[in-house]
Amino acid sequence: MKFAVLVFPGSNCDIDCYKAVEESLGEPVDYVWHTATDLSAYDCILVPGGFSYGDYLRCGAISRFAPVMAEVAKAAEQGKFVLGICNGFQILTEAGLLPGALRRNESMKFRCHDTVLKVVNNGTPFTVDYAEGEEIVVPIAHGEGNYYCDEETLEQLKANGQIVFTYSDNPNGSVADIAGVSNIAGNVVGMMPHPERAVNSLLGSEDGKRMFTSILKTWRDRHGAASIR
Amino acid sequence: MAQQVSAKEPTAEQIKEQKIYSQFGVSDSEYELITSFMGRLPNYTEIGVFSVMWSEHCAYKNSKPLLRRFPVTGPRVLMGPGEGAGIVDIGDNQAVVFKIESHNHPSAVEPYQGAATGVGGIIRDIFSMGARPVALMNSLRFGKLESDRVKYLFEHVVSGIAGYGNCIGIPTVGGEIMFDDSYDGNPLVNAMCVGLIDHDKIQRGVAKGVGNPVFYVGPPTGRDGIHGATFASVELSEESEAKRTAVQVGDPFMEKLVMESCLELIDSGIVLGIQDMGAAGLTCSSAEMASKAGNGLELYLDQVPQREEGMTPYEMMLSESQERMLFVVEPKDEAQAQEIFDRWGVICRKVGKVTDDGRLKLFHHGEVVGDMPVTALVDECPVYDKPSTVPAYYEENAAVDTLRYEEVTDLGGALRSILGSPTVASKAWVYNQYDYMVRTSTAVRPGSDAAVVTIQGTRKGLAMTTDCNGRYVYLDPEVGGRIAVSEAARNIVCSGAEPLAITDNLNFGSPEKPDIFWQMERAVDGMAEACRVLDTPVIGGNVSLYNENASGAIYPTPVVGMVGLIADTDHITTQAFKQEGDAILLLGTTKAELGGSEFQYAVHGVTEGRPPELDLAVERKLLDVVLGAIRGGLVRSAHDLSEGGLAAALAESCISGGIGANVNLSANGLRRDVALFSESQSRIILTAAPDRAEELKAAIAAAGVPVEVIGTVGGDRLRVNLDDVAALDEPVPALKSVWEDAIPCLMK
Repeated sequence: MKFAVLVFPGSNCDIDCYKAVEESLGEPVDYVWHTATDLSAYDCILVPGGFSYGDYLRCGAISRFAPVMAEVAKAAEQGKFVLGICNGFQILTEAGLLPGALRRNESMKFRCHDTVLKVVNNGTPFTVDYAEGEEIVVPIAHGEGNYYCDEETLEQLKANGQIVFTYSDNPNGSVADIAGVSNIAGNVVGMMPHPERAVNSLLGSEDGKRMFTSILKTWRDRHGAASIR
Repeated sequence: MAQQVSAKEPTAEQIKEQKIYSQFGVSDSEYELITSFMGRLPNYTEIGVFSVMWSEHCAYKNSKPLLRRFPVTGPRVLMGPGEGAGIVDIGDNQAVVFKIESHNHPSAVEPYQGAATGVGGIIRDIFSMGARPVALMNSLRFGKLESDRVKYLFEHVVSGIAGYGNCIGIPTVGGEIMFDDSYDGNPLVNAMCVGLIDHDKIQRGVAKGVGNPVFYVGPPTGRDGIHGATFASVELSEESEAKRTAVQVGDPFMEKLVMESCLELIDSGIVLGIQDMGAAGLTCSSAEMASKAGNGLELYLDQVPQREEGMTPYEMMLSESQERMLFVVEPKDEAQAQEIFDRWGVICRKVGKVTDDGRLKLFHHGEVVGDMPVTALVDECPVYDKPSTVPAYYEENAAVDTLRYEEVTDLGGALRSILGSPTVASKAWVYNQYDYMVRTSTAVRPGSDAAVVTIQGTRKGLAMTTDCNGRYVYLDPEVGGRIAVSEAARNIVCSGAEPLAITDNLNFGSPEKPDIFWQMERAVDGMAEACRVLDTPVIGGNVSLYNENASGAIYPTPVVGMVGLIADTDHITTQAFKQEGDAILLLGTTKAELGGSEFQYAVHGVTEGRPPELDLAVERKLLDVVLGAIRGGLVRSAHDLSEGGLAAALAESCISGGIGANVNLSANGLRRDVALFSESQSRIILTAAPDRAEELKAAIAAAGVPVEVIGTVGGDRLRVNLDDVAALDEPVPALKSVWEDAIPCLMK
């Protein structure tokens, strides 16, 4: 299975995502520049956190126009796995690949600390290694993670099982405590918390590692044992 | 003879006759000297260039004789003071690069940008050496957290640090903050950056190779930050608000791109010399690079990218626009360099040439607009040995009896006052605004004695801390200086690391005042002696003088930034109590030492007497034996005793461990409040598994360090008996609330 970690000007969790894949899975992973126009070689696209284009204008608002984003949309359509973390989540909502938007934290301040997340949907390709309702510790680090969608969208999210994670103690004012959502098909997930920062005990938590193992497991299930390297 | 540039600028003759140079902080005698080096009257651009190069900020003209007293070498020191940052070997072809720098005056008038650009500047110092920045720290001082102004400064300084560090993606892992009236109106904002480098990648800021091109990298030059270095070298006053134009505006996104492209350039191996444009911008970087190579340099100012039209040479040379670098490559490598910056979308423009005539020559619109000898700019600034006298307050304090206040009997109340004092209280309100986890190597987060980041691909780690108790330094600068270094070392050792070296930020009042200069001398002597005994040389730093407010100088605050090496991540130790039943050991001797203590300030509202004593030989023994015990796997938690003494240290270990403690010790004849809150130095509390406690105690005693088992970890209350009589009995969750809520409550 092959992973791509996108790099926009101002991405700064790209290296952390790369390390998490390398250390948790040992699968091949490449940095892919924002100007790339072909993602066909990759099975999973990670859109990392950071401050792409300085978060000037609005988080993710400029990145969505990067050439690589057309390829991300294509990959999503093909059913490949796309995971946006933090700024990556913001980019995916701006690109219309995920519903809703991220607003400034209710406190109007950047917040960085561990949060307890509840796994609401363990049926996505990113969460099969968790139990439904399981509580996991994954840190946040954002100034604009306040998830918003209108009532109607929220009802749809609930009905379709698109709410993947919720916060046990809402840190930013998100609607319905939402920490992460998926598209209807479930192959595109965006979340504000950083699973790549919770992949070994020295960092304080290993709970994020199972997101990466889930991805590999699902991919193997779908592609059959024959394609396992 | 250099041409006059703008009709609006005064002529060389007017500068002389009207003493316009004095507005730039140049004295009459310095002006005479400049004129003699020039062999003629300097024009407006030239006097501007000289004035920043000869400012305290760039030339250390008042502090150089003192800085020479520091030990700056050691078997591990690869680069000492003089370059962007010092470098220390950590084995396996790797080295750690670090430096601290102040941005006090800018932060006093424009706290967000002042603090943000302070962070940006120190990051450039690190990556201009070729190092990958891996962590940021900061040391902050504010007035009492009561007035709206102090709250405004505090809030916006923290936002500025967060805004810059978070965006560029370097974790802000720790630091310290103290609040005291002394810093009212003149806050201290010292930022430190730590980087990693392979030995063969170390860069220097030299303009090598006559004829080689000089490149400018980064955003266009604007009219911001003009005379920033001069601004930093005078006292703040009511007019300082009007000098906001001397404060630069930061763009961390741009710095991220400049950093990545410069590191890629360095990695390509074609760089001959590289330096950041910090204080005094283009002036300082070009003059210093030429000086270090023994060469000259020509700058073609029409080629300098400019943010607006009509900028004069004076403005371009003195601008402190941020995120700019200067580098030199051979002509054959120009295209390769250009390609790297084009890919990152960063401006890179050839603006000059290395020459052999030892002169800094400026061209504009086809004319020579400045022509100055490089050595005069860089090396010939006069150095002043300032007069020094013992201040009256120091003599008076000798007679102060720190026990003159009646014994405090509500010891629990006193502990809560101290834990609720913003200086001791939890700083989570601050560090939760910093991304302290990006780069996924933060093993010990903010809030313990020292922060620890791991080194990718090894089992090693770096511990780092900043320390300085300005009250101690004020009461006795020499002892206070000794304590600043020793406390930093104690914090490093408590985290499981071996202290390597320090960077220092000497924040003082005006050196023109003999009693302030005395503080500087004594503090430096104390620090230097501690550095020698503890084997932690000074590898670089910064001097910030003229820190004064309406009521006088700030407390002398020579901040120590220390880095230590964790030999194996298994050694990483924190202050949190770990397990029910663990034995608590107290190392060191408690004496009746309340001078300058948090107890004195929080309970009696004074800072007086003499600070605690510190015997460096005792300190060294303590540090060696504790580090040995940690490496030997005997220690479960370690915490240095500092502000608030034994009681505060026990409370902090309980709170961070989420567990109580039962302690019984002898007051050894001390008053009970003194026994709990004395800030005697060279003390540490350790915990150990019950079956290893005796072994640990024996090892410590064998080294000649006083030690006793004072209790056990457990329950949910902090209970302390003195001579078998209850002194403290507080629920840990209640202490935690006091400690956690203090700053958020004040900032509501």
